[in-house]
Amino acid sequence: MIHKFSLFGTNIVLDVNSGSVHIFDDVAYDVLDFYKKHEASTIYGKLSSKYSEAQVTEALEEIGELEACGLLYSKDEYEEYLPLWEKPAVVKAMCLHISHDCNLRCRYCFAGTGNFGGDRINMSADIGKKAIDFLISQSGNRRNLEIDFFGGEPMLNFHVVKEIVEYALSREKKFNKKFKFTLTTNAVLLKEEHKDYINKNFHNIVLSIDGRKETNDRMRIKIDGSGTYGDILPKIKDMADSRNQDNYYVRGTFTRENLDFSKDVLHLADLGFKQVSVEPVVAAMDTGYDIREEDLCTLFGEYESLAAEYVKRAKDGRGFNFFHFMIDLSQGPCISKRLGGCGSGHEYLAVTPSGDIYPCHQFVGMDEFKMGNVMNEGLNKEIQNTFKKSNVYSKEKCRGCWAKFYCSGGCAANAFQFNKDINSPYEIGCELEKKRVECALWAKAQLMDNEL
Amino acid sequence: MKHIKILNGSTLKDSLKNGGCGECQTSCQSACKTSCTVANQSCQKN
Repeated sequence: MIHKFSLFGTNIVLDVNSGSVHIFDDVAYDVLDFYKKHEASTIYGKLSSKYSEAQVTEALEEIGELEACGLLYSKDEYEEYLPLWEKPAVVKAMCLHISHDCNLRCRYCFAGTGNFGGDRINMSADIGKKAIDFLISQSGNRRNLEIDFFGGEPMLNFHVVKEIVEYALSREKKFNKKFKFTLTTNAVLLKEEHKDYINKNFHNIVLSIDGRKETNDRMRIKIDGSGTYGDILPKIKDMADSRNQDNYYVRGTFTRENLDFSKDVLHLADLGFKQVSVEPVVAAMDTGYDIREEDLCTLFGEYESLAAEYVKRAKDGRGFNFFHFMIDLSQGPCISKRLGGCGSGHEYLAVTPSGDIYPCHQFVGMDEFKMGNVMNEGLNKEIQNTFKKSNVYSKEKCRGCWAKFYCSGGCAANAFQFNKDINSPYEIGCELEKKRVECALWAKAQLMDNEL
Repeated sequence: MKHIKILNGSTLKDSLKNGGCGECQTSCQSACKTSCTVANQSCQKN
């Protein structure tokens, strides 16, 4: 399978199964439309008004060379690899819901403004420590373990975060594990003393801000209805600077109320942030701010113009990382990771303040997905296996999709939310993802082309 | 080649040989909490 697209005059051809990426000139790009479908003489005839026979012949030879080298039309051999997945599941990452309360009332919150449809309660240190024990017990030989302190707002219960961190670190040597901690916060309660502790102990911090003041304050509001931009920006800036603009993300959400979201991304970059992620909202159809099919054309244009500016800034020495455009063509994730995706429900689990276990933070509160409780040893293996067996080949829509090794089959929670089936991807999400991958490949091609 | 520039080779097939250790970061732990993007993650071995 191949995928070809042209953006800003660059013709890019992706060989899906090998992962090889090529830049074609116009001759080869046009010839490719007929390659394998017609004899050379027919192809000359079809393209004779544009190119000479010699040009077409050269292009055909070069395309044939790529194919012979396994860099074009290569076979998909990975499905045979799936039986290796029959080995027992290991859990390597946990999202700890430190608090099911929040000091904000963001309009688009998927967590019911913090409580996930339940009580506004905090996790106790005891539950948190049991979650650490549970993770260690389920992690097999996996050495690197990850904990994301999530909410609600985890800073409402930061003393427990610290207790859990200290406990996890105290278990590392005995069990030969290495913990990496992430904190996802709205930044309202961040103070100097937190900063020192976080910078010393946390591998990553995700700081929520949506972009321009008017964008942020439309959605990210306090209990009294006022906006947060003015309060959080100095704190987020200070935190990012204190980490030397690395190992963090400013993370925003765009909705159909700011379809011009590229301006929000660039606003964050203009403020000096070097690690930026702004993602589409995943919201129910009746919310009013949900992304709709008729918005896609506008959003595609936004991603394209953002990619152009992204490359321009990188070439000017003013570059920044945009999470969805980051792509490493030579040393990215292995095919094993790309087949299975985020690992929700088997490698990655969420734990609520009361210790209940769910496949990920987005499934929290759905009774049919409750997998157990950290106070008991057991884990619902049936649910775990259902998620473990979900991969790009178990999803009919993904099998024939050129982008399957980039999104890895998409988000199970989004699929369930829209289609009531974790193997039936959320189509608007797919369309946006495909455009992002194209823009990421294009941006990479421009920057690599500079180096070649 | 005159008409084609190869940006990278057969990286996915190559990764079959020594991939799958699982020591890499879980994608939802980096920044995305609502949309799955895996290809932008890095390999722990590199």
